Amino acid sequence: MYTTDLRTKEQKQKDQREAIAQVGEDDIAFQARIDDDQFIEPKDYMPEAYRKTLIRQIAQHAHSEIVGMLPEGNWVTRAPSLRRKLILIAKIQDEAGHGLYLYSAAETLGVSRDDLVQQLHEGKAKYSTIFNYPSLNWADIGAIGWLVDGAAITNQIPLCRTSYGPYARAMVRVCKEESFHQRQGYELMMAMAKGSEAQKQMAQDALNRWWWPSLMMFGPPDEESTHTAQSMAWKIKRFTNDELRQRFIDATIPQAEALGLTVPDPDLKWNEERGHYDYGDIDWDEFWSVVRGDGICARDRIQARVKAYDDGAWVREAAEAYAAKQQQSAEVA
Amino acid sequence: MSNQWDLYEVFIRSKNGTSHKHAGSIHAADANMAIDNARDLYTRRSEGTSIWVVRSKDITASDPGEAAALFEPAESKIYRHPTFYDIPKDVPNI
Repeated sequence: MYTTDLRTKEQKQKDQREAIAQVGEDDIAFQARIDDDQFIEPKDYMPEAYRKTLIRQIAQHAHSEIVGMLPEGNWVTRAPSLRRKLILIAKIQDEAGHGLYLYSAAETLGVSRDDLVQQLHEGKAKYSTIFNYPSLNWADIGAIGWLVDGAAITNQIPLCRTSYGPYARAMVRVCKEESFHQRQGYELMMAMAKGSEAQKQMAQDALNRWWWPSLMMFGPPDEESTHTAQSMAWKIKRFTNDELRQRFIDATIPQAEALGLTVPDPDLKWNEERGHYDYGDIDWDEFWSVVRGDGICARDRIQARVKAYDDGAWVREAAEAYAAKQQQSAEVA
Repeated sequence: MSNQWDLYEVFIRSKNGTSHKHAGSIHAADANMAIDNARDLYTRRSEGTSIWVVRSKDITASDPGEAAALFEPAESKIYRHPTFYDIPKDVPNI
């Protein structure tokens, strides 16, 4: 997910050692507040490891929203109608907004936004693996809205009750807006799936390519996700990766069936006893290779971000000069 | 990186008759830009009829660590609540 832990095993172990070394009386009181389902607010006491975990997760989430604009921006000039173009631009603007809500939430933990942006631009910060896949045909825009935003919603709804107040509040706003993203994507897929044979093939092709990466968004399976227990104890995280992945699959399969499209998983079948769909093995080697930066678009994404930032420098400088001038004339008057 | 712009807190009145409520924060070079940016960030779906912005550094906040002492005077004054008073059930309209 946008929030999946993408640290290496060594980094996780190091962070965990530091966390264990620090337990004091304040930490016990803190955990009691968490257990009592209280929200933690910016100036409240919090263990350093809690703060660090949140900064990492919220910043990664923010970066994912920002980088997430790029695969879609690719199609703005080629949208097949004005209606689709307006919808796509509105969705992309929402993603920028989500990034900003989240950067603000991260800032309440004492990091500066400029530092976060710089880390992204220097390739030091992680973002969701999903955005390092290319958007090759127009139906990809539908598949992204339907599947990628659908997976994001599955992950983000429980985050509306995450224990850190500013993060939870940002998530409430984000979730309200994501529903539009998913529905416009599904509507686009409907138009393609009910269209000509060629359009239907494009829709199927998009589903084939985005299905597995969407499932990977929920992160590694629970037995390999060592930090989940701590994040659950802190109620940063409310459900495990596998629980959320299952929830997403169960919700999405009937939607694929309604489109008349086939999910590219020969092992997928309804399990009456479990009351859930069983699904095939996920290629975790591919996931970790994308995390390490081997995704097809990894380099392009960061280059595009840096270029956009650099190209906007004159606008920021002009705004600063204007603000300074206004202030001077106000002081004179 | 240029100088980091000031952080502004944004308050939105959703409709006349309600008060401004904290919506979030935003960076801007000056207050007018903060209002424009807040419009784009917090009212894309007609969530507001009025916006206030104030520099975050101009806000004075109480200390959560002192909350117990700060709010203690109210804790012991339960007679300020209507339910403190026992009134017979058959007395009407009170």
